[in-house]
Amino acid sequence: MPRFEYAPAPESRSVVDIRSSYGLFIGGEFVESSGDASFKTISPATEEVLADITEATADDVDRAVRSARQAYRGVWGRMSGADRGKYLFRIARIMQERAREFAVLETLDNGKPIKESRDVDIPLAAAHFFYHAGWADKLEYAGLAPAGGRPPRPIGVVGQVIPWNFPLLMLSWKIAPALACGNTVVLKPAETTPLTALLFAEVCQQADLPPGVVNIVTGAGDTGRALVEHPGVDKIAFTGSTEVGKAIARTIAGTRVRATLELGGKAANIVFDDAPVDQAVEGIVNGIFFNQGHVCCAGSRLLVQEPVHDEVIRKLKRRLTTIRVGDPLDKNTDLGAINSAAQLDRIRELSGIAEAEGAVRWSPPCELPSRGFWFPPTVFTGVAQTHRIAQEEVFGPVLSVLTFRTPQEAVAKANNTPYGLSAGVWTDKGSRILWMADQLRAGVVWANTFNKFDPTSPFGGFKESGYGREGGRHGLEGYVTTGDDQ
Amino acid sequence: MTTLASVGERTTERARDILGVGRVTNRALTTWLHGLPGVDQVGCEARAAGLGTRSIKTTAKAWGIDMAISMIDLTTLEGADTPGKVRSLCAKARVPDPTDASTPRPAAICVYGDMVATAREALGDSGIHVAAVATAFPSGRASMPVKLADTADAVAAGADEIDMVIDRGAFLAGDYLTVFEEIVAIKEACRRPDGHDAHLKVIMETGELVTYDNVRRASYLSMLAGGDFIKTSTGKVQPAATLPVTLIMLEAVRDWQESAGVQVGVKPAGGIKTSKDALKYLVMVSEIAGDDWMDPDWFRFGASSLLNDLLLQRQKLRTGAYSGPDYVTLD
Amino acid sequence: MSPTATRKAAAPAPRLDVRKTYKLYIGGAFPRSESGRSYVVSDTKGRFLANASQASRKDARDAVVAARAAFPGWAGATAYNRGQVLYRVAEVMEGRFDQFVDEVSAAEGLTAARARATVAAAIDRWVWYAGWTDKLAQVLGGLNPVAGPYFDISAPEPTGVVAALAPQSSSLLGLVSVVAPIVVSGNTCVVVTSGARPLPAVTLSEALATSDVPGGVINLLTGQAAEIAPWLASHRDVNAIDLTGAAGADGVVWGDLEVAAADNVKRVLRPGGNGATAVEPDWTITPDLRRVRAFLETKTVWHPKGR
Repeated sequence: MPRFEYAPAPESRSVVDIRSSYGLFIGGEFVESSGDASFKTISPATEEVLADITEATADDVDRAVRSARQAYRGVWGRMSGADRGKYLFRIARIMQERAREFAVLETLDNGKPIKESRDVDIPLAAAHFFYHAGWADKLEYAGLAPAGGRPPRPIGVVGQVIPWNFPLLMLSWKIAPALACGNTVVLKPAETTPLTALLFAEVCQQADLPPGVVNIVTGAGDTGRALVEHPGVDKIAFTGSTEVGKAIARTIAGTRVRATLELGGKAANIVFDDAPVDQAVEGIVNGIFFNQGHVCCAGSRLLVQEPVHDEVIRKLKRRLTTIRVGDPLDKNTDLGAINSAAQLDRIRELSGIAEAEGAVRWSPPCELPSRGFWFPPTVFTGVAQTHRIAQEEVFGPVLSVLTFRTPQEAVAKANNTPYGLSAGVWTDKGSRILWMADQLRAGVVWANTFNKFDPTSPFGGFKESGYGREGGRHGLEGYVTTGDDQ
Repeated sequence: MTTLASVGERTTERARDILGVGRVTNRALTTWLHGLPGVDQVGCEARAAGLGTRSIKTTAKAWGIDMAISMIDLTTLEGADTPGKVRSLCAKARVPDPTDASTPRPAAICVYGDMVATAREALGDSGIHVAAVATAFPSGRASMPVKLADTADAVAAGADEIDMVIDRGAFLAGDYLTVFEEIVAIKEACRRPDGHDAHLKVIMETGELVTYDNVRRASYLSMLAGGDFIKTSTGKVQPAATLPVTLIMLEAVRDWQESAGVQVGVKPAGGIKTSKDALKYLVMVSEIAGDDWMDPDWFRFGASSLLNDLLLQRQKLRTGAYSGPDYVTLD
Repeated sequence: MSPTATRKAAAPAPRLDVRKTYKLYIGGAFPRSESGRSYVVSDTKGRFLANASQASRKDARDAVVAARAAFPGWAGATAYNRGQVLYRVAEVMEGRFDQFVDEVSAAEGLTAARARATVAAAIDRWVWYAGWTDKLAQVLGGLNPVAGPYFDISAPEPTGVVAALAPQSSSLLGLVSVVAPIVVSGNTCVVVTSGARPLPAVTLSEALATSDVPGGVINLLTGQAAEIAPWLASHRDVNAIDLTGAAGADGVVWGDLEVAAADNVKRVLRPGGNGATAVEPDWTITPDLRRVRAFLETKTVWHPKGR
């Protein structure tokens, strides 16, 4: 029978202009470091070097924090909310105008399919700025007003450290609410994905954002530590590993520095016997293979009700034969590259452990490119709660399948983890959805859907998945002070 | 050679097996149909939309355009149809693009039953099929003897395929047994003594069924009753064919092949106007049902203006320039 | 002739401008009144400005039809989408800043500086409202902790078609302050503009027509409130009425309009002032959500929670 072969459909790289090297963005300009350390950022799909990136020293971080402080005191902290909103509206509009550029750049630097950066990352990032622009002059309505009736005030200078999985989107989640509430920021993008943050700096210039309101310092762990430990930072916002999150919590203990942490997860995606099964299969696929599984809230544990286990797995495997793995810039690619060699090693290691523990491994046949970092979509069946593959965050396209018998058992297994970021529930029964949502110890419950994000919808975890929320009215709380500080 | 009644008997016997009952009753059908997994509307539409973002370029586009042309049931179903109109349509089907002899030909012409003889003569030995709508198309609101006579006339006139409509009133009132029995009866009426039975397409009129759950149930009911093809619409009611509805039907035929071991075809009809639309449907066929359906024997487009848009796109691929209505013929 | 005289004789005549026609804005189009009438609009010194279309009750009737037709689409759009459209209106208004300044200055007799401040305030007010579309539900709605195993949620919804009498005196800032809060939540509206100062409203409708606002969402009728308002107040396919513009409108008794509105239990926003007197509010004051809330319904949904 004839097969519909899709011809290559590459998105053109020519829309984006990547410089050979980048400085740091401090005080509204690109400047040189006080030191001479730099590192390269590469395309994980081809291992091609994209640019040289400056490694910010502790002095550079200090300079950025001072610039942010000056901008806060002199301009931003005293600016009317309406004016702050106008700057944010400008930024949102420019991001929409330059959307294609951002999408291609994000795909090159991160390895995610262009379809995802184009249709999810970039539109959501712009929407976050648009949403928060409207809050800037309405903070008195956010339910955060202190006793005495004064409107909420900003905290001051915020240090923000973001991960490599959704570089521009994570930047938006951090910068938009911070600025809307009147804070100024120093943000460190992840070392493997700095390019869209640096392009964002250009957008700030195009929007005539007052210098020092946004500062971007590139670097790795040392730079991040310098930022987190800097005494001039009033608040820290961190998204990343639970391990580093705990370290930050220890660092600020005993001080008056506040933090919001968005850490790891090991979400249960729970499929009942009465689920709309074809949509549930899509939800499973989306839950763990969207963004190569590099998602803190990924549905990495499939909990399927025993009577329908075989049918669901059969349909899942058939569905996975149509997933296209390959060049992220090809518009038909569904699964892109793993972000780094280090991450690929970790995924391989944990997968090896899973097999050793007795889980059964399966992947659809797929041709992986010879250069770059690649891992096929992988399903482990026969997983038990005590397996490491059921407990530890893999952060890759690896699904562990467990079974359950009753709703109570599903809840118990879903909650049986130190994490608590998200969960999925698939059933046709409304009351069960609501009961499960009540019982699940997770900050986000997706019912009959998965991996849905919106600027208006608060996101964040229970337990070791972190504290604080991003998005919605609740997300503003982390960026205002009621005066007495706390 | 089997007797005329045996097709219906075999279908009913298979239905008893599948339902697990001694007699096919409305209660048994209701339990079976209402026990099928539900369809989440938002999830279904999101999947269809996601498949619509596939980028079909160059060689894939050329292949898709030709495949789509070969899957068209070129249709005229107007009260104003005359022999002249039907002959003109048949001529168009035989030679879609006079400037390019390599152009594939549609699979069939679709006309009202009383035009079958005219179409048959006009199509000659071209191999293009004649499909006739029957059973008081489009409303289906007539007595069973009338619907049977309607079908018998078209079959006697030589139709290769019969596109029947289900009784939507019965379906929406929960009288699945009537719908089942009507399809079985019409299928029997498609038989010919020489064994070249007309193929039966069952039009569900998904626009009137409204919910995706209903579309799934109607699909299964039609397949259980022996339909060779399930078809979305008459084209006389809006909405006609949509991507999500067709996706449900492709899932149904895929699952039916697994469980019943029988392959059933799918035909979206009405509202498919552009090549872009057609390519989206082919992507869905490929990724949902699979290669077995990527063939005019198992997938059809019920369309009229779609053919010319495909021809325009074909010309653009050939010449490199955008084409216009003056360069494709009217039918 | 001397060189000077030749130069003076050769000086070019001043360019004749192309003068604008001021029509109604209904269903996204610019028709004249079906009655064929127009009326003279003058500035505060009595000088002729333009002939404006004089809307009739039939125009109002047509506008209600257009507003009703536009309601499902506008109310059904995502809040994000409405916010984008309304922000775009502000962008287009900004582009017409000077034009608005001229019109407001002429209509209200303001100095250029005062007119500039007024127009700036009008655009900024529009931006303020645009930022509310995707926040109202969070501020005005929420989960209700009922004493039982039920999920119970209340959410604001737009009421439908809202008739509004725009302020008589503040021809742009007041107009924006009345119109924006109505549409932000998904309502559509039929607005009777200021009788004596309608021209900035027509320019606003041009901005609306070029900013992706679907036709029929906002309909602007220039004319006399005394003639049109009673027909809108009694119209059974109008869900709510804003009587702000009764203040200072010749021949309008807002109490009578409220009586007529009671026939289909319209939601009524009374004009500013005390007792029977209607007074136009001070539009320079930052608004609160009162004008938004006036045209919202609250829907409460229950669902049991159980295995």
